[in-house]
Amino acid sequence: MSAPEFDHPDVVLVPHGPMLLRGVGSVQDADGTVHPVERPVVALCRCEKSSRLPWCDGTHKVIPR
Amino acid sequence: MRLPKPRGPLSEWLVARLAGAGVTGAAPDAGSWDDECLSLWTLHELSFRGFEDGDDRAEWDPALLGVRHELETALEGRLRARWTRTDRAGAVAPHEVPAALEALVAADDGPSIADHVRRHADRDQVLELLRQRSVYHLKESDPSAFVVPRLPVRAKAALMALQFDEYGDGDPNRLHSHLFARGLEAVGLRAEYGAYVDDAMTENLEMNNAGSLFGLHRRLRGAAMGHLAAFEMTSSLPSRKMVQGLDRLGLAGPMSDYYDEHVEADAIHEHLALRDICGTLAEDEPDQAGEILFGAWTCLDVEARFATAFLSGSEVA
Repeated sequence: MSAPEFDHPDVVLVPHGPMLLRGVGSVQDADGTVHPVERPVVALCRCEKSSRLPWCDGTHKVIPR
Repeated sequence: MRLPKPRGPLSEWLVARLAGAGVTGAAPDAGSWDDECLSLWTLHELSFRGFEDGDDRAEWDPALLGVRHELETALEGRLRARWTRTDRAGAVAPHEVPAALEALVAADDGPSIADHVRRHADRDQVLELLRQRSVYHLKESDPSAFVVPRLPVRAKAALMALQFDEYGDGDPNRLHSHLFARGLEAVGLRAEYGAYVDDAMTENLEMNNAGSLFGLHRRLRGAAMGHLAAFEMTSSLPSRKMVQGLDRLGLAGPMSDYYDEHVEADAIHEHLALRDICGTLAEDEPDQAGEILFGAWTCLDVEARFATAFLSGSEVA
């Protein structure tokens, strides 16, 4: 049984989805507002249609690709 | 929580036995599906928070474990029969599990309670929905917590990341079940654990029993994680509709805050559950691939059955 070193990237681009960020303290949005982060992982909107930017709210799923 | 009101001969026997009423002899057969569901719900609850008027030692009482085994076997058989009747229950390669989960969720055509709440439901219907949902939301994420020690390394780490967020990231005020309790209080409902179990619809009890069954059995770890993934993948957008409906009805405040938190949290959790938990579990334990899909489909199916029953009771289906 091997004990491998696993990939564990800090930034993950989800196909047709948000950008996941691990272990960050704060995020500045496009308007310059800084949002504190209290979660181990956050999802940043990449479709720019979220109702709660900079965070993903799942809206990308209802936008035709 | 106090012992629930019996709904038939089996739950009557069970509740009397848990209350230490000197009941002996074999358990009677359940008198109805309702009686069966409440009995299994009660037996499972012994492994969660238990009953203030029930004997804690009953959790490992061999006679009650025998009853629980029979009820769980019947439930699992029913859930598996529904799954194999679909045309989706074929073999799936481990690396295909995330895509297959996305396809299952995309094909879900169950009725949406959140749509109803957003546009049409009146205040009484929403309060009744919250009473029903409280059966699960006051123990939110607890069934999945039993699965942690049963997972391989990558899935375990990812489940802990998800659960840590469910449990408030270390802040008791942000624990999801606590947010829901504060929401219940704010809309004038009872917030204590198990407050509305006596009002729970049979379909709701079955939905809860399915989640507990998967969480409590190591053998069913794949189904538990598939169930979690489907739950998270179908939460973010409906939660936003719940917020809109609650706001429309003047119920903004802590209850809409609870759903608001899920818009953001579950938009993260669904990716953790899909790839980091279910995807890696299927790679590391290929025999779990089909089980993951079974659990995911069951999550969608029991919610659809509950939604159908709930909405027909609200005379809108």
